[in-house]
Amino acid sequence: MSDLLLLVPFAAVVLLNLLPKRARAAGTWIAFAVLALEAAAAFAERFGYAGEPAWSPLGAVFGFHVAPDGLSGLLLLCAGLVGITALLVAQKTLRETRERFFFANLVLVALVGINGIAMVRDLFSLYVFVEVTAVATFILVALDSFTEGRGTEALEGAWKYILLSVIASVLMLLAVAFLLLSAGDTSLEAARGALAARDPLAWIAIALFLCGLFVKGALVPFHGWLADAYTAAPAPVSVFMAGIVTKASGIFALLRIASSTLNGATPGREILLVVGAVTILVGAFLALSQKNMKRMLAYSSVSQMGYIALALGGDLRLGILAAGLHFFNHAISKAQLFTNAAAIERELGTLDMDQMGGLGSRMPVTAGTSAVATLSIAGLPPLAGFWSKLLIVLALWNVGEYGFAVVAVLASLVTLAYFLSLQRRVFFGKRDERWAAVRETTPGLWVPAVALALVTIALGVGFPFALEILLGGGA
Amino acid sequence: MIWFTVLLVLLVLAALWASMASALLRATLALALTSALLAVVLFAFGATLAAVLELSVCAGLITVVLVSVTSLTQPRSLKEQAADRKRRLRRFWPLPFVLIAAGVGLSFVKVPVDIVMRLPAGDGDVRTVLWSLRQLDLFGQILILLAGVFGVLVLFRKEAK
Repeated sequence: MSDLLLLVPFAAVVLLNLLPKRARAAGTWIAFAVLALEAAAAFAERFGYAGEPAWSPLGAVFGFHVAPDGLSGLLLLCAGLVGITALLVAQKTLRETRERFFFANLVLVALVGINGIAMVRDLFSLYVFVEVTAVATFILVALDSFTEGRGTEALEGAWKYILLSVIASVLMLLAVAFLLLSAGDTSLEAARGALAARDPLAWIAIALFLCGLFVKGALVPFHGWLADAYTAAPAPVSVFMAGIVTKASGIFALLRIASSTLNGATPGREILLVVGAVTILVGAFLALSQKNMKRMLAYSSVSQMGYIALALGGDLRLGILAAGLHFFNHAISKAQLFTNAAAIERELGTLDMDQMGGLGSRMPVTAGTSAVATLSIAGLPPLAGFWSKLLIVLALWNVGEYGFAVVAVLASLVTLAYFLSLQRRVFFGKRDERWAAVRETTPGLWVPAVALALVTIALGVGFPFALEILLGGGA
Repeated sequence: MIWFTVLLVLLVLAALWASMASALLRATLALALTSALLAVVLFAFGATLAAVLELSVCAGLITVVLVSVTSLTQPRSLKEQAADRKRRLRRFWPLPFVLIAAGVGLSFVKVPVDIVMRLPAGDGDVRTVLWSLRQLDLFGQILILLAGVFGVLVLFRKEAK
């Protein structure tokens, strides 16, 4: 019944638009219910995480051939949790009902795209669903661009995102055409066969597709759009994009290709190692020099995406496990940090960290949850991020990539440095008089942050038990 | 062969016009011309159905949509348009030369690989491909259109307000 994961959000969009205007406020809660069902479904074994297309009555009617597996479950779960968080943040940060209504609609459209990315096993279908997600996200970035008081940054951020995304789309379409000529089919299995046969056209096709995914996933040198898009987007859109969109359309697709098609083959593995290491370092050092909180978090995302690419260049089985786990950890922690940023922006009206300081005593819940997420991403035990980074280093060590393993460890220190700098500048030190009246943010913003922080803590402490549930035993 | 070369050169020129035009309407017309020329190329290669689709959807329907959306925008003054045209010319003048040089250069390059082209499996009928083999992708494309509709609703209604 995995077809329902595509059809239910689509049906929900139709339903939302049949609602009378005065009932539009209910749109958020319909979307909320769909996302909650999705998160629950990610756990359900009946979705048959066997990696083979399963017959279903709906599938027979619509002709959808999808094949969810453990990795799909991971993305579906992330999409559900992050989507719910983004909807809650939207309730408190988007001013008009109309904006919240369109936000819910576009999140549901993007959700169909993300679910498609999670379950398809064909490069052309992957491209189509990456585009579905991207088109919905372009509009989300510019959602409140005409609201009073907003400058042109949102439109500019969306424009940069569209421009680079179009380049990625062209590369991916070209790749699909080459693969069709080379293998006579666009399935991942056919691509694997063509690569194994050392067909140069198939290798060109995969290289082009990977370049497209590097743009979508904002890996260096294609990371230019990410910071502008994240910073310019309204708060709930930043949560949604940083938590799941970039990861699904770039990094998850990369994970899928690395595990189903590349299979550790040379030179794909080496490319992932080099791109991953460079991305980690460039992202981390760019994050160090930022004074806008959302920009720092954006560059931190670039750096962490590098870790996932690096893991895919390591030991095949352990690398995929580590990449999948880091994918989940980062999605949860980054969605939470952008929720914290939304809370701070709502209370202070600025994200300039040089103007902040001493907010810890005024916003203790925001400060506490932010500490959990930043320490987890930096890889401190016993939080979830520690385990995924440990597995990444082990995956590299197992195949003798000692240099890259050392880069991964040392870059974690840089991660810790910029996140400690964030904590110090925002929550510690002397408080500016302007913020004397600031209080803890509304429960609508701190409750999702606390829930996500608890996931991070629970996953870290109960790592052995959680791993099997998260990966559905299929990865 | 000479006709193919002429068609391809015209195609590139029309695409260049679409990229460099300073007015949205002119760019839309140039894009329609590019699509029409591409349809001729596809027809010449024997892809009749693809040519018909390119002509009806890309040169026809998309042009109508783009013109409709352009009509929702605020027109600029003639002075602003002239200034923008000058700015774009200054910025893009090397583009045609780079493209021509790249095209000439690439025509001399012999690809050093022995590529065996395989035809896709199936009976090759576009209807079978669309309605029987790639229904999932068709569903995805419907969603892309739906997202586009939301784009128009979100961005243009706001500006009118």
